[in-house]
Amino acid sequence: MSNSINVYQQRPAAAHAESPLFHAELDQLVGKGPAKAGVTLREKKLLGHLTLRGDAKDSAFAGAVHQALGLELPSALMLVAAGETSLQWLGPDEWLLVVPSGTEFAVEQKLRAALDGQHISIVNVSGGQTLLELSGPKVRDVLMKSSSYDVHPSNFPVGKAVGTVFAKSQLVIRHTGEDTWELVVRRSFADYVWLWLQDASAEFGLAIKA
Amino acid sequence: MLHIFCPHCGELRSEEEFHAKGQAHIPRPLDPAACTDAEWGDYLFFRDNPRGIHHELWVHAAGCRQYFNATRHTVTYEILETYKIGEKPSVTAAGGAAKQAIDQGVTA
Repeated sequence: MSNSINVYQQRPAAAHAESPLFHAELDQLVGKGPAKAGVTLREKKLLGHLTLRGDAKDSAFAGAVHQALGLELPSALMLVAAGETSLQWLGPDEWLLVVPSGTEFAVEQKLRAALDGQHISIVNVSGGQTLLELSGPKVRDVLMKSSSYDVHPSNFPVGKAVGTVFAKSQLVIRHTGEDTWELVVRRSFADYVWLWLQDASAEFGLAIKA
Repeated sequence: MLHIFCPHCGELRSEEEFHAKGQAHIPRPLDPAACTDAEWGDYLFFRDNPRGIHHELWVHAAGCRQYFNATRHTVTYEILETYKIGEKPSVTAAGGAAKQAIDQGVTA
């Protein structure tokens, strides 16, 4: 069954890779922001993003995912992480797996081996989106300006992740630490969101981290 | 701005995350080739336009991207319930629940 699926290395080590915000030259902006920035932005670029689909109610599926990743399948709106690997609920039968850069091919093969024979789907979407990490005391204010979703800790605790409307576009907001949030941004929206974030965080001071 | 309960996310979300997709509970004919033109046309194009309780298909486009059904009152725009695809509505025009809703101030 799995033999008929074309799984291949999408980002060979020798190839030149450009993240969706490559043109913004973020590394040139490091250290140029205010000393006491309210918001610090870092692009967690070129990570491995895999979309995993399967039947959450099937214990064989949940068990095989746990066996392959060491992470429990998260329930609705939850995010689980171990080190640099995270698994996030996207829908009742869909999850986003983010793994360290360069390991996505091996992880996909491992998952496919563990899930062999099951009715599942794994798609490498690494090239289609990027992660922006926002940290600092004023990040919540920036999110409040940008989205109608309630980002107060009582409604949006650490470990929660929601897809929502953001600056008239759509993205996923993940709360990964008390003052740390991540945005999963699609490639075609990356430039727009980057411009939006610069404008929205200008009043709080924006710094860029490598 | 309405708050709509997404049965998959399990919480109330802002209306702008959703799109309405028309009338719900329209089964595709099992054998389209056996349909008369009138039957097929009816399936494709003709929809109810009730004054009162209406069952609709909605999609949580910006969230979990899942389709679900909503029972909406077309006069007051009140969304009386949302439920997953494959489930039966508990609020219907024929049922007592609709009457109850009307008694509570939802008037047609």
